[in-house]
Amino acid sequence: MLKSKKTILLLAGGSVIGMLKLDKISKIYSTGTFGGKLLPAVVDVSFDIGDGEVVSLIGESGSGKSTIGKMILRLITISSGKIIFDGIDISTLKKNKLKSYYKEVQGVFQDPFSSYNPIFKAEKIFTTIRQEFYPKMKDKEWEEKVDSSLKAVGLNPDQVLNKFPHQLSGGQLQRFLIARALLLDIKFLVADEIISMLDASTRVDVLNLLVELKSRGLSILFITHDLSLGYYISEKAIILYRGSIVEMGTTEKVYSNSLHPYTKMLMTSVPRMDTKWEEVDVELKAKQIENTIGCVYYDRCRVPDKDTGCASKKPQLIEVEHDHFVACKHCMEE
Amino acid sequence: MSLQTKNLRVYYQTLRGDVKALDGVTFNIKDGEIMGLAGESGCGKTTLANSIIYLTPPMKYIDGSVELDGEELPIWDMDSMNTFRYKKVSIIPQYAMNAMNPTRKIGKMTEELLVSKRVSYKKTRSELERRLDLVELKNDILGMYPIELSGGMKQRMVLVLSTLLNPSLLIADEITSALDVSTQKAVAEMLVEFRNRKIVKSMIVITHDISILYQIADSILVMYAGKLAEKASTDAIVHSPMHPYTRLLISSLPKVGVKYSEKKLTGIKGNTPLLLNPPIGCRFRDRCPVAFDKCMEEPPFVEIEKDHFVACWRERDRNA
Repeated sequence: MLKSKKTILLLAGGSVIGMLKLDKISKIYSTGTFGGKLLPAVVDVSFDIGDGEVVSLIGESGSGKSTIGKMILRLITISSGKIIFDGIDISTLKKNKLKSYYKEVQGVFQDPFSSYNPIFKAEKIFTTIRQEFYPKMKDKEWEEKVDSSLKAVGLNPDQVLNKFPHQLSGGQLQRFLIARALLLDIKFLVADEIISMLDASTRVDVLNLLVELKSRGLSILFITHDLSLGYYISEKAIILYRGSIVEMGTTEKVYSNSLHPYTKMLMTSVPRMDTKWEEVDVELKAKQIENTIGCVYYDRCRVPDKDTGCASKKPQLIEVEHDHFVACKHCMEE
Repeated sequence: MSLQTKNLRVYYQTLRGDVKALDGVTFNIKDGEIMGLAGESGCGKTTLANSIIYLTPPMKYIDGSVELDGEELPIWDMDSMNTFRYKKVSIIPQYAMNAMNPTRKIGKMTEELLVSKRVSYKKTRSELERRLDLVELKNDILGMYPIELSGGMKQRMVLVLSTLLNPSLLIADEITSALDVSTQKAVAEMLVEFRNRKIVKSMIVITHDISILYQIADSILVMYAGKLAEKASTDAIVHSPMHPYTRLLISSLPKVGVKYSEKKLTGIKGNTPLLLNPPIGCRFRDRCPVAFDKCMEEPPFVEIEKDHFVACWRERDRNA
């Protein structure tokens, strides 16, 4: 059924669609005492993620990266645009259909410590899955399922079951949450800053776990502010600034041939272990401005020949080379 | 020598016994040195920082001494430490962003702070404005409430506040961790600028992110489970570490330009020991790939090469 839909779209002239497609989604919050002011958190973001593909979504705080993750997980509503998963618009899903969507799409979040109820044992998160999704499964079968998914994330079931959250380390708790997602037949994982709270010695293990899951065909949206982590794991990188995509494409191209002034600035600010910071001034973050018509980066941009066009018209994403898109018309001229 | 700590022991009192969070720490910081303090969470970084300036229960002073510019700090005595706090030793605490009083305008708060230290606000005002310029904040900020500032601006304001009385030693505890990469860079470079202008003599910069330290620190001290593992110049720690823990830690860091398909990184197996009843001997023994019989004894923290201190039997034997 799903396959036939894909072919129909193919016949209709579209390219091969990915498993998840975001089509011009926006999220606008109303702020202020009476909700009079509008704050666009995400503006017209479109990209797609194929089977077994890892895409990193990179941006500073407030860039809207978590908002996108939450919209995919339907934790918040979409203001405009569509999210298509396997050919179905997810905003229309209700009850049973939504439940089967959650069987395939799950999220893991930044803080593993606050994802648990400290009063209950850690495996409570597994039992809720069983009650909700597998009420008829036999005990034995369920135990085997739990065992195998714990082993898949590199935990020894004897050591971690029957423990309270405070008895497990951050890395273990985070892997527990991934194991919880694996209990369902997931195809897509939203990993929102999942390793930023872990220690250096354990974070690589969780990162490698994601790589392994990917090789089994899982697609991952890897949300991060850490450029080196994004490079390590993903095929495709998307750089987000104030709710808009400024540059996206194959990871190597975005990193080694950064074209947008914002991406360039990011790349020079990353603390590296091989080279020291160059003597370039980093402009400190400007105050959020009301201007939403023009280029999102206009007030921080240092391109010398930026003109009034940049302030009044929002630049579109242009394909500068195969699989490398940039939302800046000036970077093309160099 | 700016700071000298000798055999410092500070434990946490709990109902189940003492947690040995800082167990015999000896190191020196030279004048003008920025020392980075790195290690995993729970290794005692923040305990070390707090012991030097604000040793409050459940922390308990056990043993050891801290000397600053040749003068011993009475760290065990909350009251007599008051003459040193802020004037001689100052700290930018973790989560400094939330450290400002939300009900006071920033200028008013600064004034109250100075008055409590018996310093005239009027006389300091011009210097305060110069410092604000240095961190690229406008003077209007003094008439604003903390809520009106962004995270990076608050962090810079706290930096100005903590250093206003030109302390000899500044402790910066995870001050860049919550910031974006571009702001992070700016704040880190400002720390160096403060040292270069001799506003503060020396600094301890605590972070779990070694790549930041590589950019700004002169030397790095690596801690593991309440003990010192290694101290050396930044280049030595990053390029030729000696302690097995440091080596594993450095090699596990992902770098821009490293991809899993080309070079798979590995973490360190096992967990940090609980410090309620720490294992005897070397505390890294269980996770160490090169451990041997002698590691049942505690390795001393000794200088193997010039300015390169390591607590490891293997390295000691090799260099003996």
